[in-house]
Amino acid sequence: MQITVTVNGTEHVREVEPRLLLVHLLRDELGLTGTHWGCDTSNCGACVVWMDGTPVKSCTVLAAMASGRHVRTVEGLEGHAGLDQVQRSFIRCHGLQCGFCTPGMLMTARWLLDHNPDPSETEIREAIAGQTCRCTGYENIVRSIRHAARAEKSRDGAA
Amino acid sequence: MQVPAHFEYQRATSVDHAIALLTRYGAEARVVAGGHSLIPMMKLRLAQPEMLIDINDLHELGGIRVEGGELRIGAMARHSELLGSAVAGEHYPMLHDAERVIADPVVRNRGTIGGSVCQADPSEDLSGAFTALRATAVIRGAEGVRSVPMRAFFTGPYQTVVGPAEILAELRIPVRPGGGSAYVKVDRRAGDWAVAAAAAALWLEPGPGPGTITDVGLGLTAVGAAGFTAVAAEEFLRGRPATEETFAEAGRIAAEHCRPVADQRGPADYKRHLAGELTVRTLRRAAARARARGQEA
Ligand SMILES: Cc1cc2nc3c(=O)[nH]c(=O)nc-3n(C[C@H](O)[C@H](O)[C@H](O)COP(=O)(O)OP(=O)(O)OC[C@H]3O[C@@H](n4cnc5c(N)ncnc54)[C@H](O)[C@@H]3O)c2cc1C
Ligand code: FES
Ligand code: FES
Repeated sequence: MQITVTVNGTEHVREVEPRLLLVHLLRDELGLTGTHWGCDTSNCGACVVWMDGTPVKSCTVLAAMASGRHVRTVEGLEGHAGLDQVQRSFIRCHGLQCGFCTPGMLMTARWLLDHNPDPSETEIREAIAGQTCRCTGYENIVRSIRHAARAEKSRDGAA
Repeated sequence: MQVPAHFEYQRATSVDHAIALLTRYGAEARVVAGGHSLIPMMKLRLAQPEMLIDINDLHELGGIRVEGGELRIGAMARHSELLGSAVAGEHYPMLHDAERVIADPVVRNRGTIGGSVCQADPSEDLSGAFTALRATAVIRGAEGVRSVPMRAFFTGPYQTVVGPAEILAELRIPVRPGGGSAYVKVDRRAGDWAVAAAAAALWLEPGPGPGTITDVGLGLTAVGAAGFTAVAAEEFLRGRPATEETFAEAGRIAAEHCRPVADQRGPADYKRHLAGELTVRTLRRAAARARARGQEA
C-alpha cells in the first residue's frame, strides 16, 4: 500500500507492506537510524518518536497508521542554532553511557519540557518511566533534563 | 525481529464505515485502536486478522464529558486523556488512581479506553474500575445502538459481548452525589500489570459517626473474581456503618470469592491475601473521600 508520512518536516511517499512497523520504516526505508529498536515489546522506550506532537513507541505503531501524520525523530531535534538544549544538556551532564536509550530519552525529555518547563525530579522520573537505560544511568539522565530546564529558563529570562 | 503475519489495512472514515467493513470482511477483520494490545498479539501470532480496520481517525469516538447526568468517555479517548480529565477526576477519582498506574506515560499516550475494555485481559485495570462504577457500554452495530451494563459486558477472559461487526462507542457512568471512590493496585515494578488490584465506589448517608453505606460497587482485577467484582461483599456492605470492622469483613468475603491462579506475578494465596487487603484499603480511601466531599457540600 502507499503511505505518505511527514518526517522532520519532509514528506515521504513509500510503497510498504501494511505490517511494516513505524520503527522499521524510519530506520530501514528512510535511513533514520537515530531511532533505536530495542525490546520490540513496547517496554524499553528506545524507539520513542513523536507522532502528531505526542511521544509514542514506534515499535508498536504500524507505518500505515502514521500515514498522513507528522513524525518527529531524534534527527529532527537539531535546529538552525545547532543541537537542541536537551542534547547539549545530556552531553554536559554525562546523560549517556552507551547511548542506546538516549534517542528515546531525548524525545520524551523535549516533550516534557515543552509541556512543563520546570519539572520536579519526581515529574521527570515519571515522564521517563516507560524508558529503560540498561547502563542504569538514570541519575545523570534526570540531572540532564533538570539542567536543560534551567538553561532554557535562564535563556528565556535573558531574552 | 517480531513482525506480524500479512494482513490488509483500511482506515475507517466513520463509525458506520467501520461497521460496514467489519460486516463485509467478517471474522477475519479486527479493528485497531491504540494497537498496544493487538499489535503485540499479532507479532506473537496470538491474533492473525486478515483485515485491520484503523479507527484512529474517528473523532466521533473521542472525548470525555458530562452530559445527561453521566460521565461519558469515548472509546477512542487515550489513557493520557482520562488521566488529564479534570471532570473525570472530580466525579470519580478512582479513574485517576487507576490511570496513574497503568503502563507508562508513553504507552498511555496511545492505548485507548475502548481498547482496554475490549481486550478484556483479566489483568486490565479499567475493567475492574468500570465494573465497580457500574458503567454502561454503548455499542454500535449495523442494527443500531445498544447499551450493555459493564457487569454483563465480559463473557470470559479476552471475551466480551461486543460482536464481530460491532464497535464499542462509549462508556457511561451515572454521576451521583455523596460518593467517594478509589483504586489500589500492587505491582512488581512501576508500570507493570497488577499482581492484584481493587476498586471501590461508595455512597454514604452522613451520620454523627462514620456514616452508613447506602450503596457500593467493588471491582477486583487479576484475581479471578467472577465478573471482576465481589457481589457477596457488596451485599454485605450495603446498609452497614462505614467502619474498619465492616471493611475488614468485606475484605474477607471478597478474598473468599476470588479464584486467583499462580503465575510469574505471584502465588495464588498471596493474590488472595491481596484481594482482601486491597478491598479494605480501597474502601477506607473511598469512604474518606466521600466524607471529605460531604464536608465540602
Ligand atoms: C508495555 C505495556 C504495559 C501495559 N500495562 C498495563 C497495565 O498496567 N494495566 C492495564 O490495564 N493495561 C496495561 N497495558 C494495556 C494497555 O492499557 C492496553 O493495551 C491498551 O490500552 C489497549 O488499548 P488499545 O487502544 O491499544 O487497543 P488495541 O490493541 O487497538 O485493541 C485491543 C482489542 O480491542 C479491540 N478494540 C479496540 N477498540 C475497540 C472498539 N472501539 N470497539 C470494538 N473493539 C475494539 C481490538 O480489535 C482488539 O481486539 C499495557 C500495555 C503495554 C504495551
Ligand atoms: S523497541 Fe519499542 S519500546 Fe522497546
Ligand atoms: S546509556 Fe546505555 S542504555 Fe542508557
